[in-house]
Amino acid sequence: MAEMLLEARDLHTYYGSSHILHGVSFSIRKGEALGLMGRNGMGKTTLIRSMLGLVRPRHGTVRVNGDDMTRAKPHRIALAGVAYVPEGRGIFPNLSVRENLVMAARAGVDGRREWTFERVMETFPRLGERIDNGGGQLSGGEQQMLTIGRALMTNPDLLILDEATEGLAPLMVKEIWKVIRTIRDTGIATVVVDKNHSAVTALTNRSVILVKGEVVFDGPSEQVRQEPALIRKHLGV
Amino acid sequence: MDFTSFLIQILNALQYGLLLFLVASGLTLVFGIMGIINLAHGSFYMIGAYLAFALTSLTGNLMLAIVLGIPLAFGFGALLEKLLFVHLYKRDHLQQVLLTYGLILIFEELRSLTVGDDVHGVAIPDLFSASIALSDNLSYPVYRLVISVVCIALAVGLWWLMQRTRLGMMIRAGSFNREMVQSLGVNIDLLYRTVFALGVALAALAGMLAAPISSVYPGMGGNVLIISFVVVVIGGIGSVWGALVAALLVGFADTFGTILLPELAGLAVYLLMAVVLLWRPEGIFRKG
Repeated sequence: MAEMLLEARDLHTYYGSSHILHGVSFSIRKGEALGLMGRNGMGKTTLIRSMLGLVRPRHGTVRVNGDDMTRAKPHRIALAGVAYVPEGRGIFPNLSVRENLVMAARAGVDGRREWTFERVMETFPRLGERIDNGGGQLSGGEQQMLTIGRALMTNPDLLILDEATEGLAPLMVKEIWKVIRTIRDTGIATVVVDKNHSAVTALTNRSVILVKGEVVFDGPSEQVRQEPALIRKHLGV
Repeated sequence: MDFTSFLIQILNALQYGLLLFLVASGLTLVFGIMGIINLAHGSFYMIGAYLAFALTSLTGNLMLAIVLGIPLAFGFGALLEKLLFVHLYKRDHLQQVLLTYGLILIFEELRSLTVGDDVHGVAIPDLFSASIALSDNLSYPVYRLVISVVCIALAVGLWWLMQRTRLGMMIRAGSFNREMVQSLGVNIDLLYRTVFALGVALAALAGMLAAPISSVYPGMGGNVLIISFVVVVIGGIGSVWGALVAALLVGFADTFGTILLPELAGLAVYLLMAVVLLWRPEGIFRKG
């Protein structure tokens, strides 16, 4: 139990009167790489937002490192070591690239500062070239790098990436996947949400598939790769 | 008008504009970052002036009164935010206007009950009570220069806070995407409370500084509120830098408008606003 980083149990989340999550349980261990899959509107983002304190689940519990965080404010969950790269990126266009990164900098939960400004610059040399540009002047791919770099500046134990490659040019997509792989290899646990199932299953150890707000599969990514029927049934268009 | 009186008018315009900036900066921050129209902001100016009057009577020295008054005003602002304004963030402007207008009435009534409706004077501290002779019969009071210098220092400090510190970056980021700032581990409730309290403290400080030259009188918050909104609109909502430029413009328009067009005194400021809005409907500086 102690090594369980983030654990959600029996989450029921509503938007107004529409019931989005129907008792979802979800957990991720330290250093684990997990793919979260499902068609559009199946509750992936709602699940993430419920775990981050951005949406209040009506039932269920959320624990981070074993501490109950179900009613915690979002910043407390972030301070417990969870970083979030939201769908649509969420950069601050009114801040420069440098400011976007610097404002987020802090030591991790255990005090370590592996990810510094310099290291983010090494990981994303393109950001270095545009360091004094406004965040809004960057291309989509650069914005995505900035959001990932900014999340790393918080030295998280868990990085949640929601549709990190959406709408990017193929070359950029390749680069983002490379970066995510590098991050995974440093031991930061990752939750990856992406439409590219083969990329997700190649990157992760475990996969969770959501259908209509319920978990229909939770098992090795290897199994998803080898059972095309699973993908066809739950993820195909 | 000879050069010396022209110089005096310039100094007056600067001093008035800079003082206005102190009030307007808080108004523009709270409006631009938290999205709250605070009609009670002028009341904080009035409360500052009365605080200066009360504390100066108590301690015998305006400077001591200001040193005591700033933390009092900051604490008062933080308390108000925690009790009342925190409920306004997700509500529409009508409800904000209703609550903050109600606060004006409450503050005025409380002032009337506790201090009364008389006009009061506050003595200039001995240290700054001198005047600098500019010609045989014209001189300029040192205290007014002190006000300008203090305001310039605060403007620089505020610019530094907003542009050069992580706190300022978080505040600016929060004005764009509150959720994202939270998800990066920033306690945005505390951040907003601090910004609000800072705005209250700045307005109160302006009132305290102005107390000796304008005296302390009922309704003094109302005039300042209106003119501060003019400054915020001209400068561009949310821009501290814009508030500074606009406050100086208003200071000059008001001072020289009164001299050049005495029969239309008071109109110059609104003419200025009309011209700026025709030229740039979003204000001189956009939010940033």
